[in-house]
Formats: sequence, structure tokens, C-alpha cells
Amino acid sequence: MTTLASVPPITAAAPAPAAEPPARFGDLLASEWIKTRSLRSTPWTLAFVMLFVIGSSAAASLAEYYNIGKISPDARTDQGFLVFDAYSPAGYMTLMLVAGSIGALAVVSEYGSGLIRTTTVAVPARGSVVLAKAAVVAAVWTVVGTVISIGSFTVSQAILNGRHAGVSFSQHGVLRAVVASALLAPVCAVIGVGLGVLIRHSAATMTTTAFTLLMLQPMFSDSKRWSADVNHMMVVTAWKRLLEYWEPGPDRLGYTATVPGSWIVLALWPFVAIVLALVVVRRRDV
Amino acid sequence: MIEVNELTKMYGGKTAVDQLSFTVQPGQVTGFLGPNGAGKTTTLRMILGLDTPTGGTATVSGVPFPSHPRGLRHVGALLDAGHVHGGRTAAAHLTALARSNGIPLRRVEEVLQEVGLTEAARRRIGGFSLGMKQRLGIATTLLGDPPVLMFDEPINGMDPEGVLWVRHLFRRLAAEGRTVFLSSHLMSEMEQTADQLVVIGQGRLIAAESVRSFAARSTRLSVVVGTPQAAELTVLLTAAGASVEPEGSAGAERLAVTGLPADRIGALAFEHRILLHELTTRSASLEEAFMELTAGSVEYLAGRPR
Repeated sequence: MTTLASVPPITAAAPAPAAEPPARFGDLLASEWIKTRSLRSTPWTLAFVMLFVIGSSAAASLAEYYNIGKISPDARTDQGFLVFDAYSPAGYMTLMLVAGSIGALAVVSEYGSGLIRTTTVAVPARGSVVLAKAAVVAAVWTVVGTVISIGSFTVSQAILNGRHAGVSFSQHGVLRAVVASALLAPVCAVIGVGLGVLIRHSAATMTTTAFTLLMLQPMFSDSKRWSADVNHMMVVTAWKRLLEYWEPGPDRLGYTATVPGSWIVLALWPFVAIVLALVVVRRRDV
Repeated sequence: MIEVNELTKMYGGKTAVDQLSFTVQPGQVTGFLGPNGAGKTTTLRMILGLDTPTGGTATVSGVPFPSHPRGLRHVGALLDAGHVHGGRTAAAHLTALARSNGIPLRRVEEVLQEVGLTEAARRRIGGFSLGMKQRLGIATTLLGDPPVLMFDEPINGMDPEGVLWVRHLFRRLAAEGRTVFLSSHLMSEMEQTADQLVVIGQGRLIAAESVRSFAARSTRLSVVVGTPQAAELTVLLTAAGASVEPEGSAGAERLAVTGLPADRIGALAFEHRILLHELTTRSASLEEAFMELTAGSVEYLAGRPR
């Protein structure tokens, strides 16, 4: 090692680091929450997606409302919970896309701006930063997802009640649909966080998130065993299966996913995404 | 104190930093000097644990910096003033960082005041000038009141008043006993700010010594002589083995003499009754010393320690 030649005597003693409090994960959660809250786009995006998804449920329910009106009262049968009116796939696939993108953005915006380097110097424990980001993103989207899910249900049943086709919260199948739909957003958002850490580049991350969450699923069908197996591992398939409260009839073509299997799929995707992110973030240069 | 030992970084087949060893002492400002692409930023990134070294070690206050779960109380580092999110306010940016390290939030107000950004605290960083972003970056380094501070090209984009301010700040931080490590490719800036220098070129150490002794390395020491009898003196000095170059304008001619020290020139002029108006030893600037030392790879080797 080389020491400097002609070092003048040090007059002042080097200050010792200030008494350091223990490193608390809660501090990182608070920090990530401040980052989320301090972006002007956050409340706007959340408000917009809430309105859009609940609005799509209202639109689907209104269409049903007029359709029922065309059927003569004698021909009507009680169809129970009209689940795809409350949870319109178009609205909820948009929700998946937005939640996945915003989750990814929480990470790639830091890589894109270089802020991640400032963050990493402040918190060299990189894995803890990823976990804190995932936790805050999950918490925010669980709240948003719950509001949207209950909102969708309430609005659609209010409309359908006009034709006496609404159901109450205690109806068979309702609770599972509400919970699965509430969890859809945080699941997709956390997958976005994981993909953001893995890919880091904004455009590539957005494309991959959209592809993984939505575009991949239609490539697989239920008619062949292997294809059905892959299909049943998709987030969107799992969510739709959890909405179906009826038992698959004997006349159903193709294979059907199981309910516990679908819950596991919803849990496994974000889990695997974050585990991979934690492995990779420690190895790569920032 | 920063200790770098045999630090090496290779990107693919290219060696960015090559077995670099040096020590940065507390209590003084140490300049980290080298042309663009010399490996300064890569070295700083390895010290901070952002890049994993291919070989060697770097420690801050005796331990590798990334071994700390929270960093701001140990090292304040400004790598690039652009490493911020333009959508946040200066206050929000600093608050998030302070919070992550359990630093009391009143520190945010203090450091904003220190760097003169109190007025701009509630404005979005995206609208800041580069000079303001540099100030914000410096505020970030001060948050944890750390004993070691590192700055990568902190002067870029600052107005003259800002440059003066930042020089005083660095000197004060060093006087408080902190380690201040400052990279730049501007040698003139180092001459004004630094006590010590670590000079690298092509990823290798060229020199690690005081600014004064680095400048004295230059062989092009010259003496400026002002005389009304320039022609006579030129003959005398040339005969004595010096090389003489006339400079200055007509009526105020001067001679730039190399190869003879000032006292010999004065004695020669006195012996021959030549009137001198001026006799000044001109020490080579840091710029010149640097140019000479980095002129070729042979001199890289000559400049290496051991």
C-alpha cells in the first residue's frame, strides 16, 4: 500500500460517526412511502384507475340491465351472482396492466434517473431496499385493489337490483370473488417490482410486464393437458377461476384449474419475482 | 480515512482500474486527478460498493463501506448531481434519504440552509439548474454528518460564486478533521482546493503526493528575466549553457530562461553590469506537470510507486 509522502500533521481529530441507531426495516418502509407519496402522478394515477375499473363494472352491469329488460318476466330465471358484470374482465385486465406498470415504475424510475445509486449509497443493504419497495407497493395496491373490488361489486349490484338481479354480500361465491379481485392489483404490482429489478430498463420492463401478465395467457388453451397446465399457472387465468363459484359441469370442454391451485398461483408469482430480484440485485453492479 | 489496495476493475476484456493503491488521509482535502476516462468514477464506485472490484480491496475507516446496512452516517458521496428524481421536491428527496437512515428530519432543513437551497426546498428538482442540483447533491452528502466525504466533479455547472462557496466548504470540512476526497479533471481547480493529490491515468497510479511536490515534478522550471539589455544577456546566458526564449511585447521584453537557476542568472548579470528589472522563478503549473507525467506509458511506469 502506498502512503502519501509529506503528509502534514493532522490538526483536528477525525470526527467519529454520530451514534448510529440500529438499522430498522421500518425506516426503509417510511422512506419508500415518502418517495411514493411525493410524486404528483401517484394520486392521479390511482384515482383514474379506480374510476375506470369501477366504471367498467357499471358499464357491464348496465348492459345486463337492458338485456334483462328485453326478456319477458315469465322467461327470466334466477342466475345467482352475475360475477362477470361485477368484475368485468376488460376493466380488471386494465387494472392488472396499470398495477404491474406502476409497480415496475417504482423501480425502473430509480434506475433510469440514477437515483438508485444515491439510494444504494444511503442504504448499502440492497436486498432490504427491494423488500421495502415491494412491501410499500403491495400495501398501496392492496388498499386500492380493495376499494376497487368492493366498489365494483357495490355499483354493479345497485344497478342490477333495478331488475331484481342483484345479490347480497353473503351470496355463495361473492366473498371469494371480492377477495381475489382485491388481491389481483397487489399481485401484479409486486410482479412489476420484481421485473423492474431484473430488467431495469424502462421500456423493456413495461413491455415484459404487459406480456407476462396479459399477452402470454391467450397463447395457451385448456384443450391439451400441458397447455392447460401452463395456462392455469397464469395470473389472469387464476383470477378468472376464482370468480367462477359454480362447479365445472360434465359438459365442459378441456381441463379446469383447481381453486386452491389458483390461490397458490396468485401467491407464487410475486413471491418468485421478488426472490429472483433479491438474488440478482446483490450480484450486479448498480 | 480511505484505503485502496490493489484495486482492479475489468469490464469485459478492458481494464478500467489497474491494481490501484492509495490512502486518503483525514483532515485535508485530497484531489483525485486524471483525464476523462482514467478510471476515477469507477474507483469511487468501487469504494462505495456500487461496483464489485475484479480484484483488490477498498475500505473506509477500516471496513468495506457496503458492510454497513445504512451508509449516510459513514460516507457522504456525490457521484452525479443528476442522480435524483426530477418529479420530487428537494425537501422530499432529502426527507426520504434521511428517513431511510433514521436521521432526524430537522437535519433536512439544516443541510438545505447550509447549501443555500432553503428557498427552493419546495420546488421540483426537475426545474433546478445543474448548479442547484450540485448543491442538492452536496446537501445529501452532509445529511448524516459523516467523517468521510467523496465528490465526483462537484464544480461542474456552478457559477463563480458557487465555486468559491464550495471551495470554502471543502476546506472547512477538512479542517473539522474529515476526509475529503474530490475528483476532477480540472487541474487548475485542484491547485486551488486540494492539499494532497492522487493522480491516475489509464486506471493506474501516477502520483500520490502533495500538490506542491506534484507541481515541482515538472522539469520545465523557468526563470523570467526583464532587462533593457536583452541582446547582451541572451549571449551571456547561452554561453553559460542556458536556453533563452524572448517573450513579452516590444518595449517590455522579457526572457524566459531554462537551464540556469535565478541566482546564477543574477550573478552573471551583476558581473557584466547588466541592469535587471525582473528576476522571477516560474514554477510549472499543475497542468504542465500533469501533461508531462501522462505524456506516455513509459512515464506511467516511471511514476508508479515502489
